[in-house]
Amino acid sequence: MSAPLLEVRGLRKTYGDRVVLDGLDLALDAHEVVCLIGASGSGKSTLLRCVNLLESVDDGEVLLDGREVTDPEVDPREVRRDVGVVFQAYNLFPHLTALDNCTLAPVRVHGVPRAEAVERARGLLERFGLGAQADVHPDRLSGGQQQRVALVRALCTQPRLLLLDEITAALDPELVGDVLELVRAEAEAGMTMLIATHEMAFAREVASRVAYLHAGRVHEVGPPAQVLGDPQEEATRRFLRRVLPERPPGAP
Amino acid sequence: MTSPVTPAARGWTPSAHEVERRAVRRRLRRRGTLVAGVATVVGLGLLVTVVVLSPGWPRVQETFLSPYHARQALPAIAEGFLLNVAMFMVAEPLILLLGTAVAVVRGTTSPWLTPLRLLAVAYVDLLRGLPTLLVVFLFAFGIPALQLQGVTTSLFWLATAALVLCYGAYVAEVIRAGIDSVHPSQVASARSLALSQSQVMRFVVLPQAGRRVVPPLMNDFVSLQKDTALVASVGVFEALFAAQDYGNYNFNYTPLLVAGLFFVALTIPLARLTDWLGRRVAERERGGR
Repeated sequence: MSAPLLEVRGLRKTYGDRVVLDGLDLALDAHEVVCLIGASGSGKSTLLRCVNLLESVDDGEVLLDGREVTDPEVDPREVRRDVGVVFQAYNLFPHLTALDNCTLAPVRVHGVPRAEAVERARGLLERFGLGAQADVHPDRLSGGQQQRVALVRALCTQPRLLLLDEITAALDPELVGDVLELVRAEAEAGMTMLIATHEMAFAREVASRVAYLHAGRVHEVGPPAQVLGDPQEEATRRFLRRVLPERPPGAP
Repeated sequence: MTSPVTPAARGWTPSAHEVERRAVRRRLRRRGTLVAGVATVVGLGLLVTVVVLSPGWPRVQETFLSPYHARQALPAIAEGFLLNVAMFMVAEPLILLLGTAVAVVRGTTSPWLTPLRLLAVAYVDLLRGLPTLLVVFLFAFGIPALQLQGVTTSLFWLATAALVLCYGAYVAEVIRAGIDSVHPSQVASARSLALSQSQVMRFVVLPQAGRRVVPPLMNDFVSLQKDTALVASVGVFEALFAAQDYGNYNFNYTPLLVAGLFFVALTIPLARLTDWLGRRVAERERGGR
């Protein structure tokens, strides 16, 4: 059996006195989609930031393909080349057009010839319904469009692992669907993803597994039907009662 | 929400792996320090060697680095330097006020303020373009020549006013750039709180702009501190003038270097102080991110 694509072992992260991750364990096989759910502050975002080394960890390890990347001697850029991230607040570069946002890393980091990078980015933008917006600057786009550009920007580097951090949290409900549709398509195409989300219905649909984070650990993990439908832990049940709409009694 | 500190967390001890990782980080840090040290010593050493081994070095040493002349000229230079200090202590707050006012005026949109806006644009264009020395001359000799009632004839004040006007124009542009750099969404959210135009400027835009323009403002202020020496040309006995005066009588340039040291001794701590202040603000606002 080969090593999982991503493995997190005993990860600990504190900010001052506040312990955010407290010995967290999680593993992802290639082509798996794992959704992280949990209250705000449960460490979902911090976990993602630790995986792509935006944060230094206080203990434990992160392994990509069985290689420890939290080793101080590992060059973080080497890790980030293979890991795509989409942030909650889009974080597009306002001084570049949508297209230039998407070609920056392929050209400058991955050494893709400019024409090829442009072609690839235009193709993806087209597929994401942004063909007409390629030459517009991000501030002139709607939130949903910006977030789709951010997705394209992450995909343009052809990452092996995609981290999505609450990517629909800042969007209007009618825009959420568009963005999630694209994520679903990526999942079907076999992209390995670790997704922090508040969209339970989405998690139920695309996730191979759902992990409930509580007090800095993975409290419960399993197939969505089990974790969301029939949680074993009391804390998970309490959390789901708060976030899921009440079901009318007697409904199927 | 309760803090996620569990009893187990409080009793946490780093794992053997983490201890080892810390040792590696320490080693990497030590290596970095060593490289920095060696690079600095070798680089500066080479530079010093080239200068000291140059054929004219003894002669340069005599005319520019004479301890005797440095001591002799010191009291006059120190006294003169107090004038420089007084001049920019007075000028800097005034420049900041003038520059901010001009920058804010240029950013207004009200049709009533059009004449003021035009004035601000003309002021910046003109005073930025004129050589500072010329403005100092105009003020120091031109204004007394008008023989106006109640206007000072003190060269010190006239020269300071000239510097304020010149640097106000530079600083106005720096601050305007800072104002423009604040994202429109900030203005939008401040306006939505029903803040007035001037409140938006004062409580939301200017504080953010101010922080960003501190480094270029420091540039202008350091430059101003040096340019207080320009008033030597109208006969104000400040540090550089005192040094020149001594040099002309004794055929030695050491006092000029001494005056230079005075200026540097003031600007370097100031630069470190602003760096430190800026870092402190950044740390507080960025939190753990």
